[in-house]
Amino acid sequence: MTHGLTEAQFLEMAASFLGPFYIALAAMNGLAAFYLWRTNQMKTWFKLPIPFVGKSVNVTNALVWLAVGIVFAILAAVAGSGLASWASLPESWREAINKGTGPVIYSVGTSVGLVVLYFCRGFFVRPAVAWSIWNLMWLFLGLSMTDRDFYEIVAKPDNVPIVMLVFLLAFFTWLATSRAVENDKRIENGEPPLEKLDNEKVLVWPDLVYIELICMIALTAFLIFWAIALPAPLEEAASSVKTPNPSKAPWYFLGLQEMLVYYDPWMAGVVLPSLIVAGLMAIPYIDFNKKGNGYYTIKERRFSYAVFQFGFLEMWVTLIVLGTLLRGPNWNFFGPYEHWDAHKVEALNNVNLAEYFWERGLGMSLPATPELLWLSDLLRPFGQFFSILFGRELPGTLLVLGYFVALPPILAVFVMPGFYKRMGFLRFMVLANLMLFMASLPIKMVLRWVFNLKYLISIPEFFFNF
Amino acid sequence: MPGLGEIIRESQIWKSIFRHPMPLDRRNRIVVMLTNFFLHLHPVSIKKQGIALSYTWCMGGVTFFLFLVETVTGVLLMFYYRPTVEWAYTDIQMLRDVHSLGILREIHRWGAHAMVITVWLHMYRVFLTGSYKPPREFNWVIGVFLLLLTLLLSFTGYLLPWDQLAVWAITVGSNMARATPILGHEGPGQQLLTLGGVDMITNASDARFALLGAREVGEETLNRFYILHCIAIPLAVALLLAIHFWRVRKDGGISGPL
Ligand code: HEM
Repeated sequence: MTHGLTEAQFLEMAASFLGPFYIALAAMNGLAAFYLWRTNQMKTWFKLPIPFVGKSVNVTNALVWLAVGIVFAILAAVAGSGLASWASLPESWREAINKGTGPVIYSVGTSVGLVVLYFCRGFFVRPAVAWSIWNLMWLFLGLSMTDRDFYEIVAKPDNVPIVMLVFLLAFFTWLATSRAVENDKRIENGEPPLEKLDNEKVLVWPDLVYIELICMIALTAFLIFWAIALPAPLEEAASSVKTPNPSKAPWYFLGLQEMLVYYDPWMAGVVLPSLIVAGLMAIPYIDFNKKGNGYYTIKERRFSYAVFQFGFLEMWVTLIVLGTLLRGPNWNFFGPYEHWDAHKVEALNNVNLAEYFWERGLGMSLPATPELLWLSDLLRPFGQFFSILFGRELPGTLLVLGYFVALPPILAVFVMPGFYKRMGFLRFMVLANLMLFMASLPIKMVLRWVFNLKYLISIPEFFFNF
Repeated sequence: MPGLGEIIRESQIWKSIFRHPMPLDRRNRIVVMLTNFFLHLHPVSIKKQGIALSYTWCMGGVTFFLFLVETVTGVLLMFYYRPTVEWAYTDIQMLRDVHSLGILREIHRWGAHAMVITVWLHMYRVFLTGSYKPPREFNWVIGVFLLLLTLLLSFTGYLLPWDQLAVWAITVGSNMARATPILGHEGPGQQLLTLGGVDMITNASDARFALLGAREVGEETLNRFYILHCIAIPLAVALLLAIHFWRVRKDGGISGPL
């Protein structure tokens, strides 16, 4: 996209985007300040003494956001007047970010981030805090757009939706959480949730019909604007000999493609997606908690909330972001400001559990596959498969069987007896197995990072690797 | 003298189309909801909370609207597009460079991406408000089918421009089907299905072949995906949407605290 452009030409291109971008952000903060002022929601954060006069000004939230708006306006001017390179992150920071990131830091970092957000939600939903984070997210995007490698990947037309998804999810997660926090407080005080206050009935014409109409017009306008601003991608005509590197599925499936790093295609592409769909469908039937129906709450349904958020935000969305924005040629990891170099080599020396066990542990060679010539042709594959499974691959087989067969009863008796009692055998087993499958991905990730473990069970003779 | 508007509204044609007077007073605002085909999807009155943007985020409605946009722009695009290896790419090129309505393609493509996002957000909000709990369990299940079909719609459409992006994305995506247990020719257990020593599951009979209609993404695949994209999946979505909306009302309207 930026191929063949000199640095100056590239910056000019970036500036044509950044000018309007920063102006919009300035307007956003200006409107916020205006709104706080008009609705009398101004709060004095601190008093700033004016030197020599002996008086002091009340620095209110509205004033602060106004100042932030002015900063964005200045950035717009800087970016718009050909000085876009000033409005960027320092080279040393970018280097540090590139060096410091990798699949491990990324995955662990986002997980820890979510946990912190969850436990400190009371703090993060406060409007001033949330608004600051919101501004910082946009600022980070803007400052990064002057980096060629970052621009190249984020502004790729088919990647733009992911950027939108990230911002929309941030917004809606804030909205839902702030209501849930408020509702939880109300419920603790014996008050009904906010939603109960709007219990009166209104006529659908005009109240709903007009909302729908306005939404439709606004959406149409937005789509037309998007369509004019960003041409749909059309690359060269298809060729079966020129394989692009990296070859990527459409962005919404890149979480699955990312799983291919840890799982074979039969798991990442077939079994796990089927289980995701089945698991989603099972949610209403395994969540026996009657509370929290029809209003936002967290405290009344901590368990289902935490499981779903982990599954959706961490295992689905952040994996997609990783797969789309940070995986380059040969599916190597590239930092956000790193050039996608097709020649980057990453040493892959992953080891199967059986090799660890027989070769490194016991110092012998892997047991050979039995021929089983005495079995009929029809039965021989079965015989061979199971003799490998319980022979060469025994350590992994025991671990996996233990995980899926022995863990659920242990959970039922020792960890979640309350759940088991209320759910009954079948429902509890479904819940336990779905959760164990979900947890198997992070577990495999950690095993890979820590032990370079490739497969727990590896039977390539039968395409069966787990 | 009656005004022009009044003349129109009093005419036999107008009255034959709209079976009710203008919804200006309370009575007629109720009548309009009951007698208009498009409006009768809605109830007559609704709890304020059910239309609060901060509650539903309007995401189900937005998804539905995007589906309609995709239908209309999609039909128009079909006028300009031939699903053959010979023409597909050039037809899209023409849409970009020649036809004045080429912007339809942009709207259609960005609308499709947006629909994937909004359907996720809709599911997100339904989960966060616990709206899948009784009596709405089954509507959630229908929703999951809709989610799946939305992704498949987007996936099948991705192939149609027949450029490098399209063909390789579908190749990567459908390669997974090769590894389907038992039914894929590189899947675990495929050796188990043999007949007199001959493999039954080969690259010309496995799950991937069924998806692509061939061993590689090619002419047959384009035809298959075109029909799925333009006819089969949209019909399935339309049917499920009808049930989805019907169930929203039968289950007691938008969820809310008891
Ligand atoms: C093509 C996709 C879909 C469309 C067009 C659609 C449309 C709608 C609409 C218009 C509503 C009314 C309330 C609202 O706007 O929030 C609704 C409600 C609902 N939807 Fe969907 N939906 C879709 C997919 C889904 C999915 C993926 C799920 C869940 C997995 C789902 C589950 C539900 C449930 C349970 C309700 C009732 C919510 C309540 O009463 O609060 N839908 N849907």
